[in-house]
Amino acid sequence: MIRIHNLTKRYEKLIAVDNLSLDIEQNEVLGLLGPNGAGKTTVIHMLATLLAPTSGTATVNGFDIHTDPEKVRSSIGIVFQVPSSDDLLTGYENLKLHTLLYGVAPEIREKRISDALDLVGLTDRKNDQVKKYSGGMRRRLEIARGLIHNPQVLFLDEPTLGLDPSSRETMWEYIKNLVRKEKLTIILTTHYMEEADTLCNRIAIIDKGKIIALDTPKKLKSMIGGDVVKLKLKTEGANIDNLNALPFVKKIDCVEGYVLLNVDDAKKNIPEILKHVEAESVESSSPTLNDVFLTLTGRSIKEQAEGGFMERYVQYDKH
Amino acid sequence: MSNMINTRIYFDKIYALWLREVKVFFREKSRLVASTFTPLLWLFVIGTGFGTSASIASHSIDYQKFIFPGIICMSVVFSSVFFGSYVIWDRKFDFLKSVMVAPVSRSTIFTGKTFGGMTNSLIQVGILLVVGIIIGVQFSPFALIQTIVIVLLLSFALTSLGLTLGSYMTSLEGFQMIVSFVVFPLFFLSGALFPIDRLPQWLSILTMIDPVTYSVDALRNIILGMGSHSLDLDLIILLLYTCALGTLGTYSFKRMKAV
Ligand SMILES: Nc1ncnc2c1ncn2[C@@H]1O[C@H](COP(=O)(O)OP(=O)(O)O)[C@@H](O)[C@H]1O
Ligand SMILES: [Mg+2]
Repeated sequence: MIRIHNLTKRYEKLIAVDNLSLDIEQNEVLGLLGPNGAGKTTVIHMLATLLAPTSGTATVNGFDIHTDPEKVRSSIGIVFQVPSSDDLLTGYENLKLHTLLYGVAPEIREKRISDALDLVGLTDRKNDQVKKYSGGMRRRLEIARGLIHNPQVLFLDEPTLGLDPSSRETMWEYIKNLVRKEKLTIILTTHYMEEADTLCNRIAIIDKGKIIALDTPKKLKSMIGGDVVKLKLKTEGANIDNLNALPFVKKIDCVEGYVLLNVDDAKKNIPEILKHVEAESVESSSPTLNDVFLTLTGRSIKEQAEGGFMERYVQYDKH
Repeated sequence: MSNMINTRIYFDKIYALWLREVKVFFREKSRLVASTFTPLLWLFVIGTGFGTSASIASHSIDYQKFIFPGIICMSVVFSSVFFGSYVIWDRKFDFLKSVMVAPVSRSTIFTGKTFGGMTNSLIQVGILLVVGIIIGVQFSPFALIQTIVIVLLLSFALTSLGLTLGSYMTSLEGFQMIVSFVVFPLFFLSGALFPIDRLPQWLSILTMIDPVTYSVDALRNIILGMGSHSLDLDLIILLLYTCALGTLGTYSFKRMKAV
């Protein structure tokens, strides 16, 4: 459905997307997971024909982004990282505007609009100006707008960035619902591990413009092997070589002042580990995608928003 | 059949973009009030104030009525060029991005926006025309239609100019500054406030370059029955400017970056 071939975007000082190749099948929900500045938005912008790649190419729904940009645009719906509806118009008016821009036939326009509003639960607020919407409602309106012309492909760029935890979970429900009901191929970008884990069939972990791992959430986590035990040693730099000898310890990493062990059955084996090292604190967990990222890059994905859109909204408030 | 559908879709797109501009214009009350207030201030304060001292030699006419066509053009100049700043707003709020990601060509976006800007100008001119009737300016229905044609031409040209500027700029402050260098010269050099028949040569040349001159003159021909050029000449030159600036605007939109 989407084929990305050696896609590269170079800015003066940095390479935002670095020779990236990726194939996405029909009806797949692919997550692009990576920290801020990894290049996720840049990939989406290039696929949506809003930004010209420095080199490389891609096809979306069989159309080349270089030679057939209008057909690509007709095939896709997109929810930008920052909501882009006109907040002086009502939710309904925003959707109406886009049915006209996408050439939706007059006889099905109203039905499309009301279906889309239903799907995202905004029917009762459709005649309110968007400036009166909450952050979560704005995002949902964007999704409705992205679906209004029945696209084959949907791009969701950080769909829950800047939302509070409960709006985020509501949003997840809407997205899951969407995946169930519509025949859609989705690329979703996020830097929230949990989001990628719950919503995506496959996850591409992206760092510094490159894909560093690509698999199902389950397989990615099993890459770590077993559970993760995180130790803070009493004396930093103490000798831990003797842990290597333990049969249930698969792997040892030292990251950010902690010792990370991949072990089989942490619950049972922690007492045994503590016989061999003096630890100030011990935590154990089943592997998360963050552990995967940590193992691959030696850094963790910081779960902080880069100035959520609400901040930007206040900053540029024109009313 | 499919041609007909494509034509319908094309006009739907322009209609949608136009309608959005008009709705926003009416909902943003401060825009409407501010942009109507300034020309009225000029008409009454400058018109009355200078009227007591300025002698419009050879034209035995009340100064306030004399500048009335100029004030109409002023309102068009200000509202049309400033309309370009909404492109910058639209970009800041990412609305523009959501339009550009739709299968809509840049020239269609330009056309829809330009029609929106023209409508805004026309509404303001409508208010001024009513005020004109109140202060005793008289015109026939035919003159009214001619006035509207001139206003539309001027506003098309200057909205294109404003949109061109807006498409190159990213900051509103920058736009504001550029606009001061464009709007005020366009207005002051147009002879909106004085007759252009007996100017020193340097000023006369600048006046001749200014497209607004020809619309002021055309409106004086139409409304007051007095002009420095013939109405035909005014119209031809305005048309040329309209085509040139429209082309420039379309080109600028085509090369405008989406993100
Ligand atoms: N217009 C631009 N000019 C220069 N650098 C840019 C521009 N847009 C993005 N970048 C840089 O490209 C990198 C990738 O950005 P982005 O795709 O927005 O990351 P993400 O969406 O993963 O947070 C970042 O380092 C960012 O600073
Ligand atoms: Mg991003």
